[in-house]
Amino acid sequence: MYDGGKILAGLAIFVLIFTFPFWYNIGNAAYQRPKLEKPKEKNCVESVEFMRADHMQLLNEWRDEYVREHITTYKSHLTGKKIRISLTKTCLKCHPNRDKFCDKCHASLAVSPYCWDCHVTPKGDSNEK
Amino acid sequence: MKSNRRQFLATLGITALGWSLFPNLLKAAEATSGHSLKGKRWAMVIDTKKLTVEIMEKCIRACNKAHNIPHIPDKKEVKWIWIETFHHLFPGQMGDKTHVSEYPEKKSLCLCNHCENPPCVRVCPTKATFQREDGIVMMDFHRCIGCRYCMAACPFGSRSFNFYDPRKFLKEENPNFPTRTKGVVEKCLFCYERIDEGKKPYCVEAAEGAIYFGDLNDPHSEVRKVLAERYAITRKPELGTFPCVYYLI
Amino acid sequence: MLEKAIKGSKLYWGWICLLLVGIGIGFLAYTVQMKEGLSITGMSRDVSWGFYIAQFTFLVGVAASAVMMVIPKYLHHYQPFARILILGEFLAIAAVSMCLLFIIVDLGQPQRMLNIIFHATPHSILFWDMIVLNGYLFLNILIGWVTLEAEHKGVEPPKWIKPFIYLSIPWAVSIHTVTAFLYCGLPGRHFWLTAILAPRFLASAFASGPAFLILLSYVVKIFAKWDPGKEAIQSLAKIVAYATIINLFFIALEVFTALYSNIPGHTIHLKFLFSGLPGYSTYVPWMWVAILAGLAGFFILLFPENRKSDNVLAIGCLLVFMSCWIDKGLCFLIGGFTPSPLEEVTKYVPTKLELLISFGVYCAGFLILTILYKVAVGVKKEVAGEID
Repeated sequence: MYDGGKILAGLAIFVLIFTFPFWYNIGNAAYQRPKLEKPKEKNCVESVEFMRADHMQLLNEWRDEYVREHITTYKSHLTGKKIRISLTKTCLKCHPNRDKFCDKCHASLAVSPYCWDCHVTPKGDSNEK
Repeated sequence: MKSNRRQFLATLGITALGWSLFPNLLKAAEATSGHSLKGKRWAMVIDTKKLTVEIMEKCIRACNKAHNIPHIPDKKEVKWIWIETFHHLFPGQMGDKTHVSEYPEKKSLCLCNHCENPPCVRVCPTKATFQREDGIVMMDFHRCIGCRYCMAACPFGSRSFNFYDPRKFLKEENPNFPTRTKGVVEKCLFCYERIDEGKKPYCVEAAEGAIYFGDLNDPHSEVRKVLAERYAITRKPELGTFPCVYYLI
Repeated sequence: MLEKAIKGSKLYWGWICLLLVGIGIGFLAYTVQMKEGLSITGMSRDVSWGFYIAQFTFLVGVAASAVMMVIPKYLHHYQPFARILILGEFLAIAAVSMCLLFIIVDLGQPQRMLNIIFHATPHSILFWDMIVLNGYLFLNILIGWVTLEAEHKGVEPPKWIKPFIYLSIPWAVSIHTVTAFLYCGLPGRHFWLTAILAPRFLASAFASGPAFLILLSYVVKIFAKWDPGKEAIQSLAKIVAYATIINLFFIALEVFTALYSNIPGHTIHLKFLFSGLPGYSTYVPWMWVAILAGLAGFFILLFPENRKSDNVLAIGCLLVFMSCWIDKGLCFLIGGFTPSPLEEVTKYVPTKLELLISFGVYCAGFLILTILYKVAVGVKKEVAGEID
């Protein structure tokens, strides 16, 4: 092998950099699900499990249906009720505090959805000037 | 040139291709137009005689407040509805300033025309701006990439781009309507959110009867009646965009 | 073949480092734009496209001009172009790359760029521009690389590449035609609303591109000690001369139609460019320099004895290139936006940051160009038995 030493050194550096997140987090506490502020209303749009895993897809669908297809209501599979499609007028009615609800998980999972670049939250806007 | 069957067939093929392409090109220009007589077709009729500067300012304030329109003090401004002279509203039609009264300098309201055949919709590469079935030329702010092709295409200067982060220029935010973010284009949306609730646009409500709003496809609607009674013009009719904002003279 | 790009003189590496610094400066300026939005540019509600899109328009022309060598070489077997052709194709690659970068820096929401593909919209000309530009980039990389590799190995280029070469001819015309369609299909922008726009773009492309290539040939000759061939450069010079006068003729046609018909919407943009509007005549000297430089360049290049003198030829090409750049890379776009559809006059001058970002993009283009030319010249020299 020509330049064997250089190739092996290069490979070693590559593996080291590639696995950096593991090295960096050694010794840190394991992930714990954050505690969220729960609303008084028992039922959400769909089941808690569904909302936890898939709320982003649901919001994406709502967005396109309302803005583009002029569909204003959504039929819940959980309760069978018709629900108004609106982030601010439906979701934020029960979860008005963004800091104590949305951002709890988003911050600990290091995701930053761009909803709040435009949509205004009644309380707990971390970007508040 | 020697002619044979192969050449003849090739010519035939190319001719057929040409014939099939040409009508499609013509259609492409109309592809974006809603052109249906079924259903609603929202239109606005502005009575230029009744409008005063105070009323216009009231209309603008109502719109700006409800739609979180930032107040930006330079030419990178955002405007949905604003005051403009006839000279600017109808360029080329007010040419003779010396003989024709005070009309060129008279003021009226300027907003998106919600054209029946909107050039902005035709050029948008992502369908971020599109036409609803009821004729409203909508914006999907989530999808806009900020290429500003629609601004070059609009012959009425109705569109604004968020050069700045608009929230820096908002004193208070109305939580019931989203602000926009920097890097997207915006314009008047004919208060689609109020129409969906069965209400009229904010500017119409504030105009004290100087602006009419209704369904152009309904022969008994207020807009149809007032258009039948009085002489009305639209902006730049020669461009074939068919504006749905009329000006009573 | 890429290994040719990592063996070079101190001068070569110095130039590469200089370009990298330039890219770095441009990138830093771009981070400011990312943070502050396009507010850092001179653009406004009325002049909503500016320096970026103007550069894009100009560079599409430079890219398309490679066809002026492909047609004689492959359709007419004009052999003197065999040596220089690769320089034309690699120039096209660098130019299209810059075009794409200029589009990206102009977007308000560049992170959503792929929406053009996710929500493909065939009735938008911008969609087709994206298709033809990327297609042209691909074609030139493929053709340039495959033919150079064949030369490297001392064999004929594979047969399958021929259809791609023939395809690249109409494709080159298409990139500039579609770019013209971006402008000339807009109602209410009378300055651009002209059927002659695509041919005019092509004429200025076939003037500016080969003119730039001649200048580049001299650079290659001086720094890389490799001569693309006297006859090739002489033929290119003729192409530049005739394309320049056709371009100026087309501009004259536009001026006649607008001024003689005397329709206000059509004359006002020309008034802005050639004599200025009240209180705003920034671009008048530029426009006149463009016209005069174009005419001077044409008359210099028209005479064979001028073309045969290296220095005079270079000056002629420089004048033509400058003329086309001012006309298409500056005045054409700003003139179309001034005055606005409401006949309001808003001033536009690019800001320092806007120019720095553009500088960064140009540096990136020149980096691509330098590396590709290094490879091409390296291969050509090796085949000819010269030692690098």
